[in-house]
Amino acid sequence: MSGASLRRLTAAQLRDAFRAGSATSRAVTDELFAAIEHEDGVLGAWLYLRRDEALAEADRADARYATARAAGAAALNELPPLLGVPVALKDLVNLTGTPTTAGSRILEGYISPYDATIASRLKSAGAVILGKTNMDEFAMGSSTEFSAYKKTVNPWGIDRVPGGSSGGSSAAVAAFHAPLSIGTDTGGSIRQPASLTGIVGLKPTYGRVSRYGIVAFASSLDQVGPFARTAYDAALLLHAIGGADAHDATSSRTPLDDALLNLPNGDAAATAIRGKRFALPKEYFVAGMEPGVEGAVRDAVATLEAAGGVVEEVSLPSTEHALATYYIVAPAEASANLARFDGVRYGASKHGGGDLLSGYLETRGRGFGPEVRRRIMLGTYALSAGYYDAYYVKAQKVRTLIARDFDRIWSAGFDAIVAPTSPQVAWKFGVKMSDPVSMYLADACTLPVNMAGLPGVSIPCGLSEQLPVGLQLIGKPWSEAELLRISAGYEALTASAPWREVMPHDLSKLGGGAS
Amino acid sequence: MTWHAVIGIEVHVQLRTATKMFCSCAIPAEGDLPNSKTCPTCLGLPGALPVPNKAAIEKVLAVGSAIGAAAPATTIWDRKNYFYPDLPKGYQISQLDFPLAAHGSIEVTTSTGTSQVRIRRAHLEEDTARLRHEKGSDGRRSSLIDYNRSGVALLEIVTEPDIRDAETARRYAEELRLLLRTIGAADAEMENGQMRVEANVSIRPSEDAPFGTRTEVKNMNSFRSVEKAIAYEIARQAGILEGGGSVIQETRGWDEGSETTYTMRAKENSHDYRYFPEPDLPPLTITADWLSQIVAAIPEIPSVRRGRYVTQLGLSAYDAAVLVGEPHAAALFEAARSTDATIDVKTLANWVTGEYLRAAHDGAEAPDPAQFAALVGAVSRKDINGTTGKELFAELLNGPFDVRKAIADRGLGQISDQGALRALAAEVLAAHPQAREDWKAGKHQALGFLVGQAMKASKGRGDAAQLGEVIRALLDS
Repeated sequence: MSGASLRRLTAAQLRDAFRAGSATSRAVTDELFAAIEHEDGVLGAWLYLRRDEALAEADRADARYATARAAGAAALNELPPLLGVPVALKDLVNLTGTPTTAGSRILEGYISPYDATIASRLKSAGAVILGKTNMDEFAMGSSTEFSAYKKTVNPWGIDRVPGGSSGGSSAAVAAFHAPLSIGTDTGGSIRQPASLTGIVGLKPTYGRVSRYGIVAFASSLDQVGPFARTAYDAALLLHAIGGADAHDATSSRTPLDDALLNLPNGDAAATAIRGKRFALPKEYFVAGMEPGVEGAVRDAVATLEAAGGVVEEVSLPSTEHALATYYIVAPAEASANLARFDGVRYGASKHGGGDLLSGYLETRGRGFGPEVRRRIMLGTYALSAGYYDAYYVKAQKVRTLIARDFDRIWSAGFDAIVAPTSPQVAWKFGVKMSDPVSMYLADACTLPVNMAGLPGVSIPCGLSEQLPVGLQLIGKPWSEAELLRISAGYEALTASAPWREVMPHDLSKLGGGAS
Repeated sequence: MTWHAVIGIEVHVQLRTATKMFCSCAIPAEGDLPNSKTCPTCLGLPGALPVPNKAAIEKVLAVGSAIGAAAPATTIWDRKNYFYPDLPKGYQISQLDFPLAAHGSIEVTTSTGTSQVRIRRAHLEEDTARLRHEKGSDGRRSSLIDYNRSGVALLEIVTEPDIRDAETARRYAEELRLLLRTIGAADAEMENGQMRVEANVSIRPSEDAPFGTRTEVKNMNSFRSVEKAIAYEIARQAGILEGGGSVIQETRGWDEGSETTYTMRAKENSHDYRYFPEPDLPPLTITADWLSQIVAAIPEIPSVRRGRYVTQLGLSAYDAAVLVGEPHAAALFEAARSTDATIDVKTLANWVTGEYLRAAHDGAEAPDPAQFAALVGAVSRKDINGTTGKELFAELLNGPFDVRKAIADRGLGQISDQGALRALAAEVLAAHPQAREDWKAGKHQALGFLVGQAMKASKGRGDAAQLGEVIRALLDS
C-alpha cells in the first residue's frame, strides 16, 4: 500500500491492513503527522500534538499485530478493533500529562493530572492518540470562532467555518488528519460540524458515554461521541468509549450493543432500510432554511423511500420552544460548572494583588471570552432569587414536553426521525459573530435532541453550493446501533452518487505549515 | 426586666465513613500532610464528577430514624453556589428541598426537667477545605489551602427554635453527640472540628411576643463554650435592649479567652446561593426495603436505654445517665450482664461507672466481659472483699484470666467465718494493749486502728465490716 494513500483510509480499512500486515500503525501515524505539519497552518484544527507518545503507541500496536500474526488468525481477531488506529481528542478531554484548555485562556498552561474515562478506554483499546483539537471556548459556539487560540477553517472552503463547537475534531477528520476523532455535543456540537464538514458525527443517548474527565459545559445535556468518515467507523469508536462508568453517576448500566462491532455494509446494509418507518417532523424545515439544504435532505428522504423505507410527516409541536428553553438550562448549568475556574488552584490567575473579590473579577473577567461571559451571565440571572421559577423551573417543564413529543413518535412505532442537521451549509467567517441569536439558531434542529437525551447522528447527504449537507437521524434511547445501521444503509444506497465524488480541498496544495 | 430567649441550633458533623462523600479519597487523619488526601473530584479539577457515598447516606437515614424523622421516597442533590477559596467547585453539593430526614425530635434532660427539642431537618452535604492564614518566608501574610477536608461527608442538623435557655442548648448538643456516637454515625469530637455548633439567639419580653432580631453565634469549640456563649449573648442582647438600643442581625464569634462574642460578619445582604438541582447526580430513591434494613441495624438509642435502665433494672437516673453517656461503658455493662443473668446490676453498674471508667479515662481497654462479670459476682456475693476485687480488676485490664480459679488458687477468698474472725481479733487485741486503754478512755479511732491491724494480719482478706463488729464486741466486753 503506498504511503500517500494511508491517511485517506477509514479506521476499518486500517484495522484490516494492520491485521494483514500490509500497513503499519507507525507508517499511518507518521503520514498523519507529516500532513498535519504541512497543512495545519491553513486548517488550524490542532491545539496540541503528542507525536512522540503517539509514535510509541503505534510501535506498541505494531508489535502486538506482529505477535498475533505469528500466532494465527484467531489471535488477530481477538485484538481490539482500534488497535493502532489514530484518534484525535477535542481539547476538553483530560489526558494525563497533556494540556487541556477547553479552548479558553483561563486554562492556559493547565496540564491534566488524570485521564478522562474515555481517554483511558482509548488507551486500553490500543488507539494512537494524536493530540488535541480546537474548539469553541468551553464548547460554547457553533463555528469554533470562539476559540481563544486559533481559527479552524472548513476544508471545503477555507473562508468558511467548520461548524462548532467541535470544529477542530470535525475538520481534522474531514481533512484526512485523522480517521477518527472525539467530540462533545451539548446542543449539536458534534452533529452540526459533521454536517458542515461532510462527515459522520454521532451524539449518543445521554448516559451512553462517560462524562468523567470531560470539561463540563451543561451536565444534563453534554454527551461525548465519535466523528468518522463512515457509519461503520463511528460505531467502532462508540463501542470503544461507551458503557457504564463508576466515576459518572449519570452513565447508564444499559449494556453496549455489540452489534456496533458488526454493522452490515454494502448490499446487506442497503436492504436493511426496507420496511423501516421514518418520521419527518415538519417543524424541522424551519423558515430561513437554505433551499439547497432542504433539497438535499428531501432527496435523501426520497432515497430512503425508494429503498423501501416508509416516510410519514409528523409534528413535534414543542420544537419551537426548544431554543429558548435550551438557552435557560444550558447557561444555568454552565454558570455553576464554570465557577471552579477561579484562579485559585490552576490555570490563569490574577490573584495576589488586591483583595479576594478583585482576584476573582480579574481572573474571570480576563480569562473568559465574550460568549462564555455572556452565557455565565444568562445562567446566573436565570437561577437568581425571584427569577428561578419563571426561568429555570419553567424551562425544565418545557423540557419534559419536548421529551414527550419524541416519546409519542416512538410509541407510534417509528424507527427513526429524519431531519436536516443544520438549516444551512458552512458560512463565511465573521457572519454571525456580531449577532449571538443568529449563531444560536444554527442549532435549532439539533438541540431538541439534547433536551430529550436522545441519540442523533449526522451523515453526509449531498451538496449545496458545493458545500456538504448533513442528514440527521434521531432515534429512541440506546438505539445507536440502529441509527448507524440505517446510516450505513444510506451510505450503501448513495455509494455511487455523483456528490460522493466531490472531495474537500487538498490542503497540501494550499501550502502553509503548522503554526 | 426579664427577657425570654429563643434559641435554635444548627450542627455540622463529619460522618464516620471510610471515604469522602463524593469521591473515594480516604478521610484525613491527624498528622496527614496537607493536600495528601485529594483527587480530581475533591480538588474540583476540570471534568471531575461526584459519585455519592452510599454508607454516608445510610448513616444519615439511620440518624433520621433514631430521631423519629421521616425520609423522603426520593431525594435529589442541589448545588449551593458561592465563591470562596475553600470551595473548589464554586458550589457545594447539598440538599435543599428534600433532606434525608425531616421532622424529628431529641429528648433532652436538664437540671430542671426533660423536654423535646424538635429537629426541623437533617441533610447531607460536603465539607469545605481548610484555610490557614500565615506569614510566608517573605514576611507577607498569605493564605494556604488544605483540601484534605474538602468533600468529607457532612451532616447538617437544624432544630426548630424550641430552646429557651443556654443549659438546654448545651444538653441538646451533648445528647445529639451521644446519639451520633451510639449509632456509629460520627465521632463528633468538638475539639478538632468534627462537630461544629452554631446557635441562633434572640430575646423577647414575653413568651408570646414575636421573635426578636437574632444573631448567629459561631466558633464554640466545646459544650462548655456553647452554654457560656449563649448565656453571654442573651445577656448582651438584654443589655442593648435595656439601654434603648436594638440588636443587629449579624454573625458573631465566641472568644474563648475573653468569654465574649464579637462581630464576625454583618448581615450578608441576603446571599443568593442560586440553588438548583445537581445535574451530575441522578435522583436517589429510598426504597422501603433499604430503609428497613438500615433501621433494623440501629442500636438502642440513649434516651430509650436510660429509661430501660431506670424502670427495668432499677438503676438510679444518675447511674443510667453515666453508663449510657459513654457508649463503651454501656457496651461493657451489657456484655457482662449477658454472661451472667443473675448478676447484681447495681454492683455491676457501680464497677463500670467507677473502676472501669476511671481506668478507661487513663487509656485502658475494656476488660473481658465474662471475667469482669465473674469478678463483680464474687464481690457482690462477698466471696472476696473490695480491695481484692480492685487488685484483680487491675490484673484483668492486662488481659483475661480465670478469675474464679485465681481466687481459689491464691486463697483470696474473704474470711467471714465468725470463729476465724474472732481469733484474728483476739490476736490483734493481745498485741496492742494500749489500744484497748485508748478505747476505754473514749478514743474512738482506736477501733479503726485495730480493724486495720486485723486486715493487715489477714493479708487483706478479712471482711472489714464484720471484723469491726467483732473487735468492738471484744472491746466492750
